[in-house]
Amino acid sequence: MGKQLLLENINTPGIDTMAGYRAQGGYSSLQKALKMKPEEIVEEVKKSGLRGRGGAGFPTGMKWSFIAKPEGVPRHLVCNADESEPGTFKDRFLMQHKPHILIEGMIISSFALGCNTSYIYIRGELLYVYHILEKAIAEAYEAGFLGKNIMGSGFDLDLYVQPGGGAYICGEETALIESLEGKRGNPRIKPPFPAVAGVWGRPTVVNNVETISATVPIINMGGDEYAKIGVGKSTGTKLISACGHINKPGVYEIEMGVPVEEFIYSEQYCGGIRNGKKLKAVVAGGSSVPILPADLILKTAKGEPRLMTYESLSDGGFQTGTMLGSGGFIVMDETTSVVKNLWNFTRFYHHESCGQCSPCREGTGWMEKVLHRIVEGHGKQTDVDLLWDIQSKIDGKTICPLGDAASWPVASAIRHFRAEFEEYIKNPQNIKDEKHYYNLRNQKAPVA
Amino acid sequence: MPKVTIDGKEIEVPKGTTILQAARMLGPDVAPPAMCYYSKLSKSGGYCRTCIVRVTKMNSQNPNPMPKPVASCRTEVMDGMEVVNYTSEQVLTDRKGVVEFLLINHPLDCPVCDQAGECHLQDLGYENGSEKTRYDFERRTYDMIDIGKNIKLHMNRCILCYRCVNTCEQLTDGRVHGVLNRGDVAEISTFIEKAIDNEFSGNVIDVCPVGALTDRTFRFKSRVWFTKPVDAHRDCKKCSGKVRLWFKGAEVLRVTARKDQWGEVEDWICNECRFDKKNVSDWELEGPSRISHHSVISQGHYELAKLKLDTGRQLKNLKEGKQKSTAKK
Amino acid sequence: MSKREIKFSDETLALIQRIIRRYPEGKQKSALLPCLHLAQMEFGGWLAPETMDYVASILKIKPIEVYEVASFYSMFNLKPVGKCVIEVCRTGPCWLLGAEDLVRHIEKKLNITVGETTADGMFTLKTVECLAACGNAPVIQVGETYHEDMTCEKTDDMLSAYRNRNEVVTHWDKKHVKAQ
Repeated sequence: MGKQLLLENINTPGIDTMAGYRAQGGYSSLQKALKMKPEEIVEEVKKSGLRGRGGAGFPTGMKWSFIAKPEGVPRHLVCNADESEPGTFKDRFLMQHKPHILIEGMIISSFALGCNTSYIYIRGELLYVYHILEKAIAEAYEAGFLGKNIMGSGFDLDLYVQPGGGAYICGEETALIESLEGKRGNPRIKPPFPAVAGVWGRPTVVNNVETISATVPIINMGGDEYAKIGVGKSTGTKLISACGHINKPGVYEIEMGVPVEEFIYSEQYCGGIRNGKKLKAVVAGGSSVPILPADLILKTAKGEPRLMTYESLSDGGFQTGTMLGSGGFIVMDETTSVVKNLWNFTRFYHHESCGQCSPCREGTGWMEKVLHRIVEGHGKQTDVDLLWDIQSKIDGKTICPLGDAASWPVASAIRHFRAEFEEYIKNPQNIKDEKHYYNLRNQKAPVA
Repeated sequence: MPKVTIDGKEIEVPKGTTILQAARMLGPDVAPPAMCYYSKLSKSGGYCRTCIVRVTKMNSQNPNPMPKPVASCRTEVMDGMEVVNYTSEQVLTDRKGVVEFLLINHPLDCPVCDQAGECHLQDLGYENGSEKTRYDFERRTYDMIDIGKNIKLHMNRCILCYRCVNTCEQLTDGRVHGVLNRGDVAEISTFIEKAIDNEFSGNVIDVCPVGALTDRTFRFKSRVWFTKPVDAHRDCKKCSGKVRLWFKGAEVLRVTARKDQWGEVEDWICNECRFDKKNVSDWELEGPSRISHHSVISQGHYELAKLKLDTGRQLKNLKEGKQKSTAKK
Repeated sequence: MSKREIKFSDETLALIQRIIRRYPEGKQKSALLPCLHLAQMEFGGWLAPETMDYVASILKIKPIEVYEVASFYSMFNLKPVGKCVIEVCRTGPCWLLGAEDLVRHIEKKLNITVGETTADGMFTLKTVECLAACGNAPVIQVGETYHEDMTCEKTDDMLSAYRNRNEVVTHWDKKHVKAQ
């Protein structure tokens, strides 16, 4: 097991309380940060090479430096805790068991950005975690880490939690901002970007839970030291939420650069495939990223071992590679039907499309219907090409990345498993797994 | 002032101009189609994606192309920007994809739709669509909702352009409507119903690019191409009173706002002018209307409007290696 | 529906006032999502049009603004539901590990299909999208509680426990209003 910067002591009883967290050295990073200048903190984060842990992997320090600072206009830091990407549950795990690391990170980051009111937007399904955070925030106020003149530094910060209402799209930063304003989670058309006009039209930075929490060890150990962990531009540690057909599902903190093979088979991590089965495919970074068959996830097309880094996982582009994404690592064994799994994913995107722009609104539903027909045994051989064509017409044509996220799984499944689609369509009766997946969309409900 | 080149034609435009606005300044040979953007409404555009173009050069400092197609109605030009629209096979293919998406759940009930003949989706489908649909599933349907005696709502035909939402929001005080549900079952109906008392609500008929909102007082009276448009005006306390009357013989079947060459309303008109003034004696006639280039109404009736070349032909020209735009006058 | 007066309890009203103060002056609309959760908690687990109108009056916004938001988010029930809404995750990893079997099992056990409520008004069965608990798939959410690593047997136990408690269970649990 490598360095545990975020999950350290996560199993220690009481770590979710102020006293327990401080007993393990909690809030020491904040004390250090408040003695620094805000720009020095931004500099440390830049040096650390920290990249957005929500999925896009954009350098955090650079994102921070984009925030507009007009005179007299308040700025806001909003934490994106709308963790909804299928296969991803790292943020929930961290917030539930170690809420204070996020709060400490929020205070440090808010100080660095010059924000005096910050929000944590958590998905509505996680209301029980919402209450955990509320309690932790109350403790932080009591300890003088929030409120006026924090620890005599002259810095004021109010921190609030905001619950969502059940919409995957609110993980997109501008949809999240809309939702925080009490509106429908429709992504905004950019520009303007949130750094210029975000929540209530004010400059806003939106960062993932893990990203913000990572500022705590970064300030503690220094950016340079943090950057020493990992490989190349993938620095530091990353939380990976492993699930699917593995022996030991759960959240693991890895040092960037662990070989994928080691991650799947080592006892330290996933512990191999369940029930002695063989590995068939992996979706390495949440349902949106391209699925890769066993051979390509373990080794790149060039034959080099694939590592858990931004660069190595995307080696080969979408032809033979994938993405680190959010760290939602879904493992599928040899009994899995890629076709059915794809239908499940596509149904998800259809359900979650906000409906603003036409390619996503219409295209996701069309893909789901075609896949449903195939799964039900009524597919046509031309359906595979049709699916390919539909996804290519969604990809890159939409307002927000949900369109891309819906099309990549389709493209990659066809790219790597075309024969399986064709076989399924030809001989649906041969598909041993006779389960018929329930298909109910209970979202259309009359209002009045 | 920034200079932008679209399909090889350069133009200097005020700062803040979008690609679409610049293209319209260059003329219909260059301007992309728009189904949701409406220059008279703020915050419109960006949703339908039919106006997508490709930026082949970002600006004079940055010669790189933009990686994805952009909605021209929402992208501001930069100095030195180069854009391709009708000269790019890629853009035409992209747009064809968008048009297909707009059509898969559209009922294609043009034979019984009052909008036929002045429908922007018809034009778009004619210029960018396929002859056959690849969509063989049941089309989406909504329950019919009665929204009053003047306006007929066919939600099945709606392409969710949000124009009517913006119209009601921007022409009335306080917001009374929006969009319900999400994804491909989103709908506008319930809200329109509540906005209908407003004196300017009839304008939603004119802004609707399809037959989702039509004039109930004109319902099934005539195909639009059998009626003759005449510009007329009257003294109206509520609006400019400048309208277009649609005659069949000596009878006024319909009153609409006047529309410009992009199919957009010139002046909003009030419901009284639109629905209650159907006698010729109510109006001072000005003369036959100029009908926009794309309309079948102009066919054989008035002037031979300059028809935009259909995309199929442009695509063919491109494939045969011919130079762009062979538009004949 | 009975014509009883729709009014939040004093405790909840006080909580809403505290929540409104979290946003800048005039931006009280931001409190809409928390308010809708609280409304579901107080008014039987769903949002009737009158309930939404009431929330609009409290936040001083148009009823329409509430409808469009409530109909966008999947957690808000716009039709009456049973005392306990059983929400089974149906996405990706939960599906890989047998969520489908759980749904079939519950359907048979309660003699309802997804989206329906039992005749006694005790349970409503709903399928939901990824609950961010894929490591303990399959997962069922009831109110604020996640029931993880579910099997058909565990589901039976869970159902009888809720039946014995015989209380309205909502996402925002009442105990948290008192605690704050």
